[in-house]
Amino acid sequence: MIPSAFDYARATSVEDAVAKLAEAGGAAKLLAGGHSLVPMMKLRLNEPSTLIDIARIPGLSGIRADGDAIEVGAATVHHEVATSDLLAEQCPALAETAAAIGDPQVRNRGTLGGSLAHADPAADYPAVLLALDASVQLQGANGTRSVNASNFFQGLFTVDLGADEIITGIRFAPAKVAAYAKLYQRASRFAIVGVAAALEVTDGKISSARLGLTGASTHATRMSASEAALVGTDATAEATAEALGDPGAGIEDVNDDLHASEGYRRAMVSVFTRRAVAAALARA
Amino acid sequence: MAKVTITVNGKTRAAEVEPRMLLVHFLREQLNLTGTHVGCDTSQCGACTVLIDGRSAKSCTVFAVQADGSEVTTIEGLAVADELHPLQNGFWEEHGLQCGYCTPGMIMSAANLLQDNPSPSEEEIRHGLDGNLCRCTGYQHIVNAVQHAAGTKE
Ligand SMILES: Cc1cc2nc3c(=O)[nH]c(=O)nc-3n(C[C@H](O)[C@H](O)[C@H](O)COP(=O)(O)OP(=O)(O)OC[C@H]3O[C@@H](n4cnc5c(N)ncnc54)[C@H](O)[C@@H]3O)c2cc1C
Ligand code: FES
Ligand code: FES
Repeated sequence: MIPSAFDYARATSVEDAVAKLAEAGGAAKLLAGGHSLVPMMKLRLNEPSTLIDIARIPGLSGIRADGDAIEVGAATVHHEVATSDLLAEQCPALAETAAAIGDPQVRNRGTLGGSLAHADPAADYPAVLLALDASVQLQGANGTRSVNASNFFQGLFTVDLGADEIITGIRFAPAKVAAYAKLYQRASRFAIVGVAAALEVTDGKISSARLGLTGASTHATRMSASEAALVGTDATAEATAEALGDPGAGIEDVNDDLHASEGYRRAMVSVFTRRAVAAALARA
Repeated sequence: MAKVTITVNGKTRAAEVEPRMLLVHFLREQLNLTGTHVGCDTSQCGACTVLIDGRSAKSCTVFAVQADGSEVTTIEGLAVADELHPLQNGFWEEHGLQCGYCTPGMIMSAANLLQDNPSPSEEEIRHGLDGNLCRCTGYQHIVNAVQHAAGTKE
């Protein structure tokens, strides 16, 4: 399968990428790992006139502590996130999410920023970004801005990203009592459902809970009813399972496709929410 | 057209390519390195796996221009002179193949795995080969072959 012809340019800096995007006036696309875009171009579902390769922009990849926060650059490949010592210590949930993406070859090429921009309804990162209450950093012709994850994911393949903007990275406060639990689609390894939980435990009780859900509907969402149900419960797997009840029953617009019926997905949302919470508590 | 310079199996290769040329086609059709196979062409099977700057990648999902300035290793680049690479030897000794179509990709993925983890458990080997499909062997002999190469075969 051969994509339509296009021009190729490597951006040397974020500013250069933004300028090249503006110059092409909407007909260009950024290219990072290419592991969503290239398959779509081969199927001619996407036919950009120009690809602006951002994979090698100096400083756009890497994981660093910045004061109390952690920053991950947009061009950081999944493998680097999965194997980061800093994340293993400060935020293992993010590392385990990256390790759950696709297969080794996909993790060697695919990037955080590409996954966020593409916003596949079954992508893994969106769930954990919601649970971490991360912000997404953007840069465009009019400067930089920062969008909270809960406002960033807006719909099917739709995010708050302007045509002339580039995602530069994410920023979040480290969360140790957090985990990601995923039901794999056996062939593609995308999430049929994936749940990320980030908890705070005070005196044996859950004092704060954030849950992110992916795979279940058009885009990743917070599970606010379940979050509220968890606050105040004993920090044990048994007590949280009881408090959660059947969270899958209350989710709106659940997908029904050849991989999983709506009913099965709802049941799995319940199972994987309990598992994510229990796995997070095991880190308390 | 775009100019690319890619070091393939230690040799520097300069060429003019269309930006839309996939790396796998560059290797097979421009360089006649046909050991890298195309199985699915949809990023699933891993038959096209090569190492780009030491990391495994599906060369059907990378444009040759993206590899400009990189080092690429294909199955043809593993043996040193007449000496088979330990993984090639392992696949030979353990009958790690039947038709052989998936084998170059399996070996390149296994090379990526052993570089990260020189003595993987059986489960780690199976996970390390998540991105490679085999329609013949049922995988057990492939796992044995990787264990043979790692020196962990009982
Ligand atoms: C076989 C296979 C299995 C996979 N399994 C999973 C899985 O289990 N879970 C999962 O989550 N994903 C999975 N993926 C998708 C994978 O994670 C992709 O790498 C990811 O979705 C896209 O990242 P990329 O760097 O490859 O982006 P690209 O393909 O390069 O780009 C994707 C889109 O994002 C835009 N873009 C890229 N970078 C930026 C940026 N910095 N700013 C703004 N826009 C940008 C591009 O213009 C394009 O529109 C799989 C992919 C394959 C091929
Ligand atoms: S041919 Fe590249 S993954 Fe199948
Ligand atoms: S040996 Fe035939 S596909 Fe693996």
